[in-house]
Amino acid sequence: MSLSGAWYLGLAAVVFTIGAIGLMVRRNVLVMFMCIELMLNAANLTFVTFARMLGDIGGQAIVFFVLVVAAAEVVVGLGIVVTNFRRRSTTVADDLNSLKG
Amino acid sequence: MLHVTLALVATRPAWPDILVFAASASVILIGSVGVVTARNPVHAALSLVMTLFGVAVLFIEQEADFLAAVQIIVYAGAIVVLFLFVIMFLGVDRHEDVTTEPLAGQRPLAFVLSAVTAAGVIAMAATAHWVTGAPQVVGPIQGHITDAASPAGETAQLGKQLFTTYLFAFEATAALLVIAVVGAVVLARRPPVPEHPDDERAESELSS
Repeated sequence: MSLSGAWYLGLAAVVFTIGAIGLMVRRNVLVMFMCIELMLNAANLTFVTFARMLGDIGGQAIVFFVLVVAAAEVVVGLGIVVTNFRRRSTTVADDLNSLKG
Repeated sequence: MLHVTLALVATRPAWPDILVFAASASVILIGSVGVVTARNPVHAALSLVMTLFGVAVLFIEQEADFLAAVQIIVYAGAIVVLFLFVIMFLGVDRHEDVTTEPLAGQRPLAFVLSAVTAAGVIAMAATAHWVTGAPQVVGPIQGHITDAASPAGETAQLGKQLFTTYLFAFEATAALLVIAVVGAVVLARRPPVPEHPDDERAESELSS
């Protein structure tokens, strides 16, 4: 018998919070991307936990789709980072201030 | 008295489960704190791998074996390698100064906002009644992987659901992946050399 779902949900909430803190605090675009992956993983853990608690395989199906969307998002996002690096030679979000008044 | 004790033992989770959860939870937490605090982006990526492995262990613990395998293959095998590739390709794997705070008051504000978010999520989970009280909408998870009646367990069910109930979404993800590949190729392509010198001047002004 597994642990109750509350433990998994609490852990997922903590990981989501750590990812959110990282996204708001860090300057490097690549590290910010990794923090988004952390938050996506916390959400996936929640989905799998509810799939077990409710006995519904749909929770696992949506995790599958989240994985695919995350892969596509990372590919396009890193493409944008590379393109930006060619023009500005930086991956720091604060240096992208061309539109600053 | 004996019956009460037996009931307690029966409802209490077995110690291997507690051990597995504690070990993987500490791996996940150490890894995720490492992602946020690492000064070198390469170290952050390696900490991310650590977190992903911990989450995969928890997937197996919750009878999501297929998703655990996909998690390792897609996340740790493809996405993190892509991250590392870009980090080394751009040559940004040098230490970043994370001790100074460029924007005054940003970090305390980030911690306050995150604490509010976490408290809200946990309070909601603790107090809310589950109104999604319709379990087994698309079919129950039958048996464990070791169950002789359903040898493939939830993996077979997941596959069945993906190709019946979620068929349209599955095909849409195929289109999404193709679009992502085309977008990555277009973005990573070097821009053609401008033919007119005016364009070149405009471009250099833009990039300076």
